[in-house]
Amino acid sequence: MQKEAAIREPLILGHKSYHDVTEDVCRPIEDKAPRMWYVLFGIALIIALYGIGCIVYLLGTGIGVWGLNKTIGWAWDITNFVWWVGIGHAGTLISAVLLLFRQKWRMAINRSAEAMTIFAVFMAGLFPLIHMGRLWVGYWVLPLPNQFGSLWVNFNSPLLWDVFAISTYLSVSLVFWYIGLIPDFATIRDRAKKPVSKKMYSILSFGWSGRAKNWNRFETVSLVLAGLATPLVFSVHSIVSFDFATSIVPGWHTTIFPPYFVAGAVFSGFAMVQTLLLVMRKAMGLEAYIHTKHVEYMNIVIMVTGSIVGTAYITELFISWYSGVEYEAYAFLNRATGPYWWAYWSMMTCNVISPQLMWIRKLRRSLLFTFFISIVVNIGMWFERYVIIVTSIHRDYLPSAWSMHYPSHIDIGVYIGTIGIFFVFFLLFARYFPVLALNEIKTILKGSGQSYKEAPDYHKHH
Amino acid sequence: MAEKVIYVMYDDEEVLKDGAKSLVSKGIKIADVFSPFPIHGIDPIIGVKNTRLGIMAFLYGLTGLMLATVGMRFFMVTDWPMNIGGKPNFSYLENMLAFVPVTFEFTVLCAAHGMVITYLLANKTLPGMPAQNPDPRTTDDRFVMEIRLSDNHQSSEKEIDELLKNTGFVEIDKKEVN
Repeated sequence: MQKEAAIREPLILGHKSYHDVTEDVCRPIEDKAPRMWYVLFGIALIIALYGIGCIVYLLGTGIGVWGLNKTIGWAWDITNFVWWVGIGHAGTLISAVLLLFRQKWRMAINRSAEAMTIFAVFMAGLFPLIHMGRLWVGYWVLPLPNQFGSLWVNFNSPLLWDVFAISTYLSVSLVFWYIGLIPDFATIRDRAKKPVSKKMYSILSFGWSGRAKNWNRFETVSLVLAGLATPLVFSVHSIVSFDFATSIVPGWHTTIFPPYFVAGAVFSGFAMVQTLLLVMRKAMGLEAYIHTKHVEYMNIVIMVTGSIVGTAYITELFISWYSGVEYEAYAFLNRATGPYWWAYWSMMTCNVISPQLMWIRKLRRSLLFTFFISIVVNIGMWFERYVIIVTSIHRDYLPSAWSMHYPSHIDIGVYIGTIGIFFVFFLLFARYFPVLALNEIKTILKGSGQSYKEAPDYHKHH
Repeated sequence: MAEKVIYVMYDDEEVLKDGAKSLVSKGIKIADVFSPFPIHGIDPIIGVKNTRLGIMAFLYGLTGLMLATVGMRFFMVTDWPMNIGGKPNFSYLENMLAFVPVTFEFTVLCAAHGMVITYLLANKTLPGMPAQNPDPRTTDDRFVMEIRLSDNHQSSEKEIDELLKNTGFVEIDKKEVN
């Protein structure tokens, strides 16, 4: 058993035994769902169905139903794609990067953050697919033998790199998440009384028995997957940024994009984790496991990545002037003072100023304030992508082609709809899956649990 | 042939570890340990060798790297070279920079999935497999040591019982298994 400094705040509050941990996590799954769950699920389902309706209408009619025009060929669709992919960066960062750094506080949040990641990447993947217009030929993005003169997909194109990056990221995250879930499903299986749930969790737990050799393999697989997933997290959003950075559009043609996008992704991902967990810990009675210290750690990550994003904004602005390229300079001047000034300044306020408030200890330990800032950051990060995408292309080299983008109700419906679908998935996850990594929490109970840390013999050597 | 198995249950992993250490020092072979979470340091005591899954992951990754390289060379250079923005389409090496992202992603894809499939097969954990833990509480807060009499011909059942007495177990169970 690993000991830690006495002045370090315990990660698990109260006097919990191993059995209490099991009880606390399994009870919400075994009990009847509270009323509130049905209400939230109902709302999410209605929004999701509306979104699906919009998507079906879009596929039946064509992407002309979006508010795009000749100048602005990319707007909400790609904005939403990048926004969701960004949100999908926190989960694997928490479970992979923090695992490599042996950060124990990750154990309380990794399961739900990974679930969030997977659902968010699902939503992201939806946008390029529906943007094809003809969803049924979506498999053309894969290098499959064909009869079109053996025409292969273009491996020089960042859009194809994206196909590989997103699908690898989604499938590896899914597998990583499930490997950790197997032993916890076994716990629920062994407690289940009703035959149907017993059967379901038996299938889901793959017959896990918890032998010493199984655990030995489990730990190696987790570590190696974390090692593989860490560069993957960084590569995915770098590749997303290449979609823009490798073009020659002023405002997009920027070498700072990869690190800036990755920092932004982690920033927005952690904000979304905060939004979800602050509600979940309360609703499911998990205050002993996810408490102020965890929230504070996450706020520090938000502060650091927010500062990187802020630095990137200012660097970009400076370089646009310093480069002496007038088109580049105009693109940025137009962002700040042109017709989309409100989007630019919303982005600046939400992403540059708000995370700086986290320097104040009192604020970063306040749950209410954190919840508020997490929403602000999510809004700000949506605007960031909107600003980068729309303001860069709405005024091109030919003033007669200048235009504005006005979203159609289908644009809005599809976007809002994906939020609904996301919450449908997340609520189902919270209802039927163990939301804390039981087996991992138990390994830190003796080292970081309050009752063990306060015990008189904690600092004696065995 | 039926054989007798002793399942000794503990409620603390440290107690089990100390018990296992004293049993092993007396020459008793412990067949297996069932626990709700990984007990660090139990493997060398009961003689569980470290897994070689890491090496497998490396080999799967190497396979992915090779497939990606061979594939992209075939698609973009050999089979149907296309002039894309004047990029060199006649040699893999000169166009290689554009192929780095996909090569990396495919390497990770093969390494991760190859390793996970191997892991599930090696563990015999697949959908629909029956659970093999001797007691449902071993996935909650109990730790069970499995001792097979057929592994321990040098000592009688009585002798083992005697040794177990001092290890601080909470329950003991004997079963005939095939």
